[in-house]
Amino acid sequence: MLEREVAKRVFAQEYRESNLTFKESDDQYSPLYLLTPTGAKCNRVFITGTLTEKEDIGATAEHWRARVADPTGVFTIYAGQYQPEAAQMLSAIELPQFVAVVGKTNTYDTGEGIITSIRPESIQVIDAETRDRWILETAKHTLERIATLGSDDPDAIKAREHYSPDLERYKQMVLQALKSIGKGQVPEEETEEDKAEKVGFEVMDLSKA
Amino acid sequence: MVKDIAEELKSRFSEMGLDVPLEDIKSKLDELINKFRVPVDEAKRSVVSQYLKESNIPRSKFYGEDASLVKVGDISSEGRWVSLKAKVVQLWPSESDSIAQAGLIGDETGAIKFVNWAKSARPLVEEGKSYIFKNVVTDSWQGRFQVNFNKNTDIQEIEEDIEVGSSVEDVTGAIVDIQSGSGLIKRCESCNRVLIKGSCGEHGKVEGKYDLRVKAVIDDGKIVRDAILNREITEKLTGITLDMAKKMAEEALDPSKVIDTITEQLMGSYFNVKGPRVGRYILVETMEKVAPISDEEIQGTIAMAEGL
Ligand SMILES: [Zn+2]
Repeated sequence: MLEREVAKRVFAQEYRESNLTFKESDDQYSPLYLLTPTGAKCNRVFITGTLTEKEDIGATAEHWRARVADPTGVFTIYAGQYQPEAAQMLSAIELPQFVAVVGKTNTYDTGEGIITSIRPESIQVIDAETRDRWILETAKHTLERIATLGSDDPDAIKAREHYSPDLERYKQMVLQALKSIGKGQVPEEETEEDKAEKVGFEVMDLSKA
Repeated sequence: MVKDIAEELKSRFSEMGLDVPLEDIKSKLDELINKFRVPVDEAKRSVVSQYLKESNIPRSKFYGEDASLVKVGDISSEGRWVSLKAKVVQLWPSESDSIAQAGLIGDETGAIKFVNWAKSARPLVEEGKSYIFKNVVTDSWQGRFQVNFNKNTDIQEIEEDIEVGSSVEDVTGAIVDIQSGSGLIKRCESCNRVLIKGSCGEHGKVEGKYDLRVKAVIDDGKIVRDAILNREITEKLTGITLDMAKKMAEEALDPSKVIDTITEQLMGSYFNVKGPRVGRYILVETMEKVAPISDEEIQGTIAMAEGL
């Protein structure tokens, strides 16, 4: 039996800037990986963020496109007939809301560049605490990759050769994410009325944008 | 002389339920003693071990003693006869007709899988009770050791409550999948197998009794494990008791209502699970939601980033 792929932790900015895909064998069932600039070899990812937009772009059947924002950028999510649970979730969900997405990496070559997205296996509404824990965890994993990018690990070598990444930029990305959840950023506990008001307000705001 | 020894052996064999023709024993002994000039004791030993091997009887049993008592953590090779003093940590739903019972037994040095084959017809054991398991055989399966019961295995319950230790795995990660077969399930009353479409693999269509369990996938971004939550852990973690689950399924006219509710609670959130590990499975003994991150953790990681 094939080992289940670990879900990698990557920030949206780094995910968006990834454009190297490869397989490790010619076997048609061999998983496709997306290698990120700091050397995360992703087939499955676990991401969290704010669901900021959703749209059914399907011509005949339902096909949802959604945007999930973390402190560094935005992930694009596509859920069609092969992701029925995620598609159903997207059709029912209200936004904005914190969500966790488990999914497979997906890329599309426009001819002028690679566009990355995620094919979700599941989408779940989560609380702010879970979102914060994910940011901290993703920050740590990214820092670990930055620290070992000079090593002779095959993924590190591949990432170095393909991207020649500006590590200072990714370090700043991590700091920006961490500072967004630092002191003073944690909201007071909200009453139900507060929540309703806030959601209403933000939805209104979005409709203006 | 050969005849006397042969008769002695034949009667010992028949005490053990082995019917061996006297002539066979005689000719084997005769060959060893008279042709090869092997010492008498060695010849006897050689003949005995040939027959024991053929009929899978432990040498210790023939000589009237039990296989030596070892610790779970000392098991490091297959095909050995051993005895264990251990507690039944967990029983697993049997997924094959050839297995009467399987699960995990452990002592203070760790836990190991056991298999009670249906054909050896050993008595069933109970979760949480401690026993002396005499004369089990070590084996390995997919790179892990296990012990198999056989018809010479003797199981005696003991008063002592054995403390199970140390092969416990501790993982903190996000729940990234809740697998099918989770939630409200039905088991066969006679053999505890999980029913598939109301049917037991062994006993066919049966009424069955309800049970609650979760098979969750926990992933920390580096490793991934299947966490198996039994009814007690599931009830404690989700606040949904078996009775509530039954009611929930009845009211919704849909047993999957329970798995959906559990999925909503667990998916995408961070938990710490602890329990013995068998292969890629963790048999969860404790599971807790991870506390919110502290400002110290954030500041520590900021310092780490700035130090790079
Ligand atoms: Zn049955």
